[in-house]
Amino acid sequence: MPDFIAQWLNQNEIFTAMTIMQYWDGLVNTVQLVFLSLVIGLVFAVPLAILRTSKNPLVSGPVWLYTYLFRGTPLLIQLYIIYYGIAQIPGIQETFWWEIFREPFYPALLAFALNTCAYTTEIIRGAIVSTPAGEIEAAKAYGMNWWLRMRRIVLPSAARRAVQAYSNEVIFMLHSSAIASVVTIVDLTGAARNIYSRFYAPFDAFIFVALLYMALTFILVFAFRKLENHLLRHQRPVGS
Amino acid sequence: MLDLKGYGPELLDGAVVTIELAFLSLALALTLGLIGASSKLSGNRVAKAIATFYTTVVRGIPDLVMMLLFYYGGQVTVNMLSDWIWEAYEIDFFFQFDPFISGVVTIGLIFGAYMTETFRGAFLAVETGQIEAARAYGFTRWHTFRRIMFPQMLRHALPGIGNNWQVLLKTTALVSIIGLTDMVRVAEEAAKAERMPFHFFIPVAAVYLILTAGSELFIKWLNKRANVGVVQGG
Repeated sequence: MPDFIAQWLNQNEIFTAMTIMQYWDGLVNTVQLVFLSLVIGLVFAVPLAILRTSKNPLVSGPVWLYTYLFRGTPLLIQLYIIYYGIAQIPGIQETFWWEIFREPFYPALLAFALNTCAYTTEIIRGAIVSTPAGEIEAAKAYGMNWWLRMRRIVLPSAARRAVQAYSNEVIFMLHSSAIASVVTIVDLTGAARNIYSRFYAPFDAFIFVALLYMALTFILVFAFRKLENHLLRHQRPVGS
Repeated sequence: MLDLKGYGPELLDGAVVTIELAFLSLALALTLGLIGASSKLSGNRVAKAIATFYTTVVRGIPDLVMMLLFYYGGQVTVNMLSDWIWEAYEIDFFFQFDPFISGVVTIGLIFGAYMTETFRGAFLAVETGQIEAARAYGFTRWHTFRRIMFPQMLRHALPGIGNNWQVLLKTTALVSIIGLTDMVRVAEEAAKAERMPFHFFIPVAAVYLILTAGSELFIKWLNKRANVGVVQGG
């Protein structure tokens, strides 16, 4: 190990086992929060995107309104409305929901899931709408009904077209999750803020956490590139 | 009628802060984006490397973390600087680091990175034949840029600029976390004091919605204007 690193490690008072553990707990919280909200968001986004493509305005209209409202306002406000608002719902404090929602983790999860679901719905809708008409005609000619067509032709083909935009949304969600720290959740940013205020060392606390976020971002970018290569392997030029 | 419990004027001031912040950050982001894209497309390897480093780092870090780093880090730097000046020259040089400036700098830097990519793509979308033609007419490099590249690039860049602007507008809400009294901050304080979260946050959300919806219409109109001379296929 080079001397100056050894020296720095000996002299440093901030990155002790204690603070490293705080960052670790923060990492666990961030990963949980982001992963769960993405999964919930994606699960609801697929049916919503199908409804959104419906020709009946009574079906597509409400979904449009939902995505418009959640994409047109800042996530921070959505988080505040849900976090502060849930306690104000009359009677909720007597039900078992209160046991769940008094923890800041769950209101934050709800806000993040609703937000990412709105963006994902629009991404998938875009991909569904741009399905080549020929593919659908061919499926009809084979006698596939609507459901089979959706499952075998439209959705797999839309997934390929959506994956790139979705990877951006995933990274965006990771970065947006930093605001969980404002409702007292100790995620990665929350841990950094605690360590900053204990040692009054903004550069150490925030640059370290920035590097952690960067590492997470690069892992995601790499994973999505692999996934894209896998999904689009039929488009690879011959001989490569 | 909407009763804001006397917080109305404060909310209005907050809204003005939000809008000022958004426009100043946009100006900084557009400037940085143009510089970044020109560096990325230039033959200069150092400039290219710096621009690539800039866009990679910025797009890997959450906006809030960067904002906290600049705000708290900026204050510590000012304190250190003022201590040093006091010891060396006995001049009292101290100021409170301003959350508004931290906000503009952070948001401008972040969206400068996104604008860099937007402008880079737009410059590349201008046909090389156009540039060759300009050269053939004896245009200098600067003239080619100003008369040929820039106006044509703008048409390709507009949709990207529009998207970045929409995201930027929503990102301004984060400055309330570092203590700037924008409308989110006012709403939060009012909501806590009056215990009426819906009452204060929903009007603020509506203002954001009006801003984003209005921008959408304006960008659509600009796009239409910029594409007047283009025959669209399909």
